[in-house]
Amino acid sequence: MIAEKRTYKVTIAEIVVIFFALLFLTPFYFVIINSLKPFGEILKSAASLPKSLTWGNYSNAFEKINFLKVFFNSLLITTITLVLLVIIGSMTAWWIVRYKSRFTTILFFAFIAAMITPFQAIMIPLIRVITQLNFINTRIGLIIVYMGYSTPFTVFLYHGFIKSVPIQLEEAAIIDGCSIPQIFSYIVIPLIKSMTTTVLILQALLIWNDFLLPLLILTKKDLHTIPLAVFSFFGQYTNRWDYALATLVLGMLPIIIFFLVMQKYVISGVRAGSVKG
Amino acid sequence: MNLIKKTILATIFLGPATIFFVLIIAYPFFSGIFYSFTEWNGVNAEPVWVGLRNFIEIFKNDSQFLASFWFTLRFTFTTLILTNVLAFVFALVLIQPIKSRGPLRTIFFLPNVIGGVLLGFIWRFIFVNGFSALGDLTQFSVFLLPWLGTPATGFWSIVIVYTWRSVGYLMIIYIAHLLNIDSHLLEAAQIDGAPNYILFTKVILPLSMSAITVCLFLVLSWAFKSFDIVLSLTAGGPFRSTETVALNIYYEAFSYSNFGMGSAKSLVYFVLVGSITILQVFLTKRKEIEA
Repeated sequence: MIAEKRTYKVTIAEIVVIFFALLFLTPFYFVIINSLKPFGEILKSAASLPKSLTWGNYSNAFEKINFLKVFFNSLLITTITLVLLVIIGSMTAWWIVRYKSRFTTILFFAFIAAMITPFQAIMIPLIRVITQLNFINTRIGLIIVYMGYSTPFTVFLYHGFIKSVPIQLEEAAIIDGCSIPQIFSYIVIPLIKSMTTTVLILQALLIWNDFLLPLLILTKKDLHTIPLAVFSFFGQYTNRWDYALATLVLGMLPIIIFFLVMQKYVISGVRAGSVKG
Repeated sequence: MNLIKKTILATIFLGPATIFFVLIIAYPFFSGIFYSFTEWNGVNAEPVWVGLRNFIEIFKNDSQFLASFWFTLRFTFTTLILTNVLAFVFALVLIQPIKSRGPLRTIFFLPNVIGGVLLGFIWRFIFVNGFSALGDLTQFSVFLLPWLGTPATGFWSIVIVYTWRSVGYLMIIYIAHLLNIDSHLLEAAQIDGAPNYILFTKVILPLSMSAITVCLFLVLSWAFKSFDIVLSLTAGGPFRSTETVALNIYYEAFSYSNFGMGSAKSLVYFVLVGSITILQVFLTKRKEIEA
């Protein structure tokens, strides 16, 4: 299946796939070159390079969606959720693996069931719960919902990993007189570091890009996250592509930079996250 | 460790996750079942029991919900096939000793890290302005179609965007899997004189069933839930022809404030998605073999 060396067949296959890759990149090409053109030029010749660079679109977009503010909102919500998820998810998974009981079995089964439940199945009553708890238009409300929604998958990932961690180290620590919280923080946490990276990467992408939950919970403009800000911008300036494309580029810049820098971890995270269930 | 101490520790370790789970998933899920038998038109108002009326309404009179379901099914099925075939082919090429391997992997994965709302808007621009510019340039009639303007092209435009976004993710899984296949099995088949297509259909494909199970499952759950890409790309149009179930439920509840009806639709949706997913995993898992 894997060719020993480069034959002409491999070269042809490579060329075909490179062609597809260029095709995959064309949307980015269109968006970037047109984000630097004035409005009239976009409509007249969308395929050609800009005659001169109109950076004004960017400063305009930057102001209109209040980029610094919404970037900070996204960052804050994602970071706090991730920290809580890793702590609570690893604690829960470790306890489920090491202290199996009827309750943990039921809990774990419930988590699996939650993973295949589409969000729409709980969306409507959930909003009622959030409203009655006075969490509408609060970041805490959104974070709590993320915790409920993302904990099952996080526990599932840690659970699979911890099962393969040898118990001997922990047993030795008990004999040496370590308490359970000490064992967890000084022995278990370092041992499951690689799964923590996977959890962080996978959940970061999901939470950073999530749209429906912020749409339902954060209606106030100064709480908006990036996807929400871009969406409400489009609601206001339909078809003003000069502002809109610059907004799109700004909106995707942070996550693309994150991906390019962390690429190795993202790829291995995807691989580790796809263990068969 | 005595019992009291163990109970306290168990509460600390399991408590938070349990509370979040009950509050955010379990309680809403079960109360949603109750609401689906009610008429209820505001988050703060009180629901009124109406028995099976919502369900009768859905199957008898709500042709749009059934149309949305049919659209979602067709769309999911088409995307399922396209993404998996492309991802598998790309994976087969990218495990070869080629220089462009790293950059190609990055490019195919790139669309996957961007949020659905942004992707939808990007492609709205491409389908309307980008394609017409390419059409003027090349005179290819495929670029001059009204891509977001008719039900048929609207369907394909969503399939294209979804495929573009999902292929890279599946490709990573397939690459990891193919690199793990024991090369002795392939060599043995080759020594026995198996031609390439036999090698592919009788050896590589059966050995890949476990990865295929995962990838089908992933696309199935993504495509069934599709909401944000569709909302920003077509908003369900033209004439609600590209409205997915998720979008239909969202409109029912949050545009028309029919929360009881929305809950009933959610329940129908949950049961159907659940059974299709379980059926898929069951069917493909049966074909998995150990090597």
